[in-house]
Amino acid sequence: MAPAETKPRREGAVAAGLLAAPLALLMRLVDGPMGALQRLIGERRMAYVFILPNLAFFSLFVFLPLIINVIFSVTGGAGLFPSERPFVGAQQYGYLFDCGSFLDPSSCREDHFWRGVSNTARFTLFQVTAMVLFSLLTAIVLNMKIRARGFFRAVYFFPVLLSPVVVALTWKWILQRDGLLNAAITSIGGERILFLVDPSWAMFWIVFVSVWAHMGFYTLILLAGLQAIPADLYEAAEMDATPRWRVFWRITLPLLWPNMIVVIVLALIKGVQTFDEVFVLTGGGPGTATLMIVHYIYETAFANQVQNFGLAAAASVVLGVVLFALTLAQLAASRRKGAA
Amino acid sequence: MQGKHWISALALTAGLAMGGTAFAQTTVRIAWYSDGNEGEVVADLLKRFEAQNKDIKVVLDQVPYKAITENLPVQLASGQGPDIARVVDLGGVARYALDMRPYLKDAAYWEKNFGPFLPWMRPEGDSSAITGFMTQLTVTGPFVNKTLFEQAGIAMPSAKATWEDWGKAAKAVADKVQAPFPLAMDRSGHRFFSVAVSEGAKVLDDKGEPAVIDDGFKRAAKRVYDWHQSGVMKKELWGSVSGTAYRGANDEFKNAQVVMYHSGSWQIAQFDKTVGDAFDWVAVPSPCGAGNCSGMPGGAGLVAIKTTKSPEAVAKVMDYLASEPVLSEFYARSLFVPGHLGIAAKGLDYKDASPQAKAALKVFSDQVAELSPVAYKLQGYVNNRVIFNAVISRLGQAISGEGTLDEAYKRIEADIAQQIAERKK
Amino acid sequence: MSLVTKLATARRKPGRWHWTDIAAYAYLALGVVLMFGPVLWLGMSSFKTQAGLLEFPPSLLPMSQKEVAVPGQSQKLPLFEVEMPDGSKRVLAQVRRIGIQAQMVDPEKSGETIRVPIDKRTPVREFKLATENYTEPLERFAFTRFLWNSVFVTLVATIITLIINSMAAYALSIYEFRGKTAVMLMVIGTLMIPITIILVPVYLVVTKLGLVNSLWAVILPGAATPTGVFLLRQYMLTLPRDLIEAARMDKASEWQIYWRIVMPLAMPALAVLAIFSIMWRWNEFLWPLAVLTKTESYTLQIGLNAFQGELQTQWHYLLAMTVVTLLPVALVFVFLQRFITTGIANTGMK
Repeated sequence: MAPAETKPRREGAVAAGLLAAPLALLMRLVDGPMGALQRLIGERRMAYVFILPNLAFFSLFVFLPLIINVIFSVTGGAGLFPSERPFVGAQQYGYLFDCGSFLDPSSCREDHFWRGVSNTARFTLFQVTAMVLFSLLTAIVLNMKIRARGFFRAVYFFPVLLSPVVVALTWKWILQRDGLLNAAITSIGGERILFLVDPSWAMFWIVFVSVWAHMGFYTLILLAGLQAIPADLYEAAEMDATPRWRVFWRITLPLLWPNMIVVIVLALIKGVQTFDEVFVLTGGGPGTATLMIVHYIYETAFANQVQNFGLAAAASVVLGVVLFALTLAQLAASRRKGAA
Repeated sequence: MQGKHWISALALTAGLAMGGTAFAQTTVRIAWYSDGNEGEVVADLLKRFEAQNKDIKVVLDQVPYKAITENLPVQLASGQGPDIARVVDLGGVARYALDMRPYLKDAAYWEKNFGPFLPWMRPEGDSSAITGFMTQLTVTGPFVNKTLFEQAGIAMPSAKATWEDWGKAAKAVADKVQAPFPLAMDRSGHRFFSVAVSEGAKVLDDKGEPAVIDDGFKRAAKRVYDWHQSGVMKKELWGSVSGTAYRGANDEFKNAQVVMYHSGSWQIAQFDKTVGDAFDWVAVPSPCGAGNCSGMPGGAGLVAIKTTKSPEAVAKVMDYLASEPVLSEFYARSLFVPGHLGIAAKGLDYKDASPQAKAALKVFSDQVAELSPVAYKLQGYVNNRVIFNAVISRLGQAISGEGTLDEAYKRIEADIAQQIAERKK
Repeated sequence: MSLVTKLATARRKPGRWHWTDIAAYAYLALGVVLMFGPVLWLGMSSFKTQAGLLEFPPSLLPMSQKEVAVPGQSQKLPLFEVEMPDGSKRVLAQVRRIGIQAQMVDPEKSGETIRVPIDKRTPVREFKLATENYTEPLERFAFTRFLWNSVFVTLVATIITLIINSMAAYALSIYEFRGKTAVMLMVIGTLMIPITIILVPVYLVVTKLGLVNSLWAVILPGAATPTGVFLLRQYMLTLPRDLIEAARMDKASEWQIYWRIVMPLAMPALAVLAIFSIMWRWNEFLWPLAVLTKTESYTLQIGLNAFQGELQTQWHYLLAMTVVTLLPVALVFVFLQRFITTGIANTGMK
């Protein structure tokens, strides 16, 4: 937590003030009742008071829906309310896992689900690798002695603020048959490339666009880590005339590792959840080459004439279990790191 | 004194707040999506209705099409729907439709003028309800860039030419003038089945249940598949996206990159507006297959919804919009093929249209008579979108190189069976 | 920080360029083009006419065909550069086109009609902004209403999110209490659930609460973000405990400690959450589309997408309206970029 640049600029303070003023007023109003409450229930139990509003919202809009989703997944039919849906037990899960061979999606009853699984896995792998490499490279460059660092840092962060739909629309406009990129290629005498009709190109571009849109965020996390590395370590290396790549390998990378783990895990989770960007950019095509799991769930629940909430819910429960496992793995990883 | 001021101020505020209900107004809400200018036209017509009926306020909620296909069914199922909705999935929404017969001024007028289309909007098993009318009757059919044919010096195939003839001609023209798309067809079930029906596909068996894969269907599927292999069609539409997503080639056609574009009557208005003087485009009669020369009918219906609190007001709005003068004006201004037999028989004068657009509208209107009964039956089948979606999704996969046609046939049958089974649970 | 870099780069002699410097600047320059270019291109495209959007190769700037008034013609005529049979070039105005022949006149000396094959002419064009892409949809829709709804949703939701998330984070970072582990597990476990997959169940809950078509249906469900709680808690854990103990000694109530001491100290993390909340809420599309069906309750994102039809998307409007919704984001960014980027760096996200 380097207190390097905690002084927010004036503009920041003004904007924060806009939000903070009504907040402060509200806080002052609640002050009296809260004090009375504390005298009534004691200091320790105030914890429950603090956690209550969030928990109430959370239970109502996240936890309850998750339970309804589990109920959906063990019922069938086209009804919307759980009471209208007949119980079918594990049948929906049975459909999902009805496969001749788990290595060949086309042998599965729900082949699109398994294509989604394999595409998502491949996409996540490529995306995490590229994301880590490019955000690390960018963070290192931004950490060098360069002019206008604030500007360049902002440049890389800028796309993080765009909505996924805008990101996808922007790139679609560039990549399509008559887009900017093909204009550039033909102007230097090349042949048009149908980027979104070729499965390998389509996969390449969704990874590229995803890295483009999110790397700014990860770069900042890594940059913070780089800046927190004690300077005397570099100094010592300097005295020993250690080669720079060795310094990077022996000092920078190990000390940056906690931040790297954050980046890897967040990118991993984001990758598994990917939907809007890819949906708008490639529509899951060509064929089903970029069809993701969440897209499959969305298509099953909404786009079909018979909105199959049961099957979609079963798929989302499976996805949820996988994500939960990933999270626990992250916790375990960061714990071990903390202990070391 | 002070107190009195307060009271009058309060009364004034209350009066303002209730302004909407001052005449005990009933509000009717219409969920409406637009492809072109039809939203503006209907808003204009509704303003006139409100002027005549001070007791009814009509609110037109203009929504993206996505809200109609994906969210409206959920809203209807939970009882949160609008009073009237403009929908395309007529069979799917029919379960929530209001039978307006008790409220209509003259049900016989509806029977007489909307007769063939009423069954499309009826719930399964019902044979008499009146639930809505077609804001737009669409007929599938091809547009041809006549100028490209002239530049290539190749004659256009005649009126009764087959799909095969057109495919060859379009390819020859495209090769000569270097147009990237010889023949383009929307990625849509209606477009595919217009080819399939003309090739003799029956789609439904005698009991009205789906029996999709037959020789006619296979001929059509093979034709489309082979066209993609030989370069008559490009993978950008059918091969580029997954699942049920729609893709059209209207932008490419407007840009003179397509020789022949198999789409439908709804394109006329925008072609008229945007192609302008750049090239000559014509609509041609639907090409023939082994069976007949039929296109597919379709379109968007305006359907009254059962959960409405004021069915009388809804029926009044519907009676107004469906009345002959109002509806003719609507069709004429939005350049739609009329879904009203009386208007169709008289012939509609599209005042604002160019001669090109008028000619095209005539071609499509004439096609209505050529439609095969199979095409009508498929359009009226409640679960038709299940069939359409399965075909688009699986045929698209085969075209993009994921699996063979035979595998696609098996998947299509399995998809349809599973979804219909789910609905019957 | 600057000390670190100075030391890390100390071996280089001042004033001399090491090859890594050049590589770094080249990388940064490429970054500027790659990061800003696409959005700039989107912005410029939004000023092109419907026909201009479709042409290939696309022109860099919005251009449209030049038109001139020719004596004897009621309407203005489009100008073309024509290659004459003898190889010379002339600028002519087109009267009409019949098949593959165009009838043209010389705008300088009208009267004589020249017949030209259409592939021998290229349009003469001039720079022109198609501002109607913006004005037409904005006039047609209740833009101010949509804007107000969006601003209301964004601000109220952000304030609620900040309050309840920071309260929960305070409880989870400062106190020991029964059930704490369970709550933490719940927060972390749902950190990864994308809204798309619980859309229908949340819709059912909102329906039962009678909130459909109210802006609260958009505001409330996303308020208790696990991400927010997690981020704030991690930051609060790093705050010095002595401060809190000292305040307790001074008889400050727990609530006072929370908002007088912890909140100001957690400002950087709160700012990050505020900014993300603003972005999420402003850009939200799928969920509002499901719960808002009445025009008067539409947010900008829904209202401006109304011209995405079944069969046609009016690209010129769509691009222009995308830019409109992008503008506030761009403004926030321009004014707050330093605040945002340092805020994120300082919360460390560990």
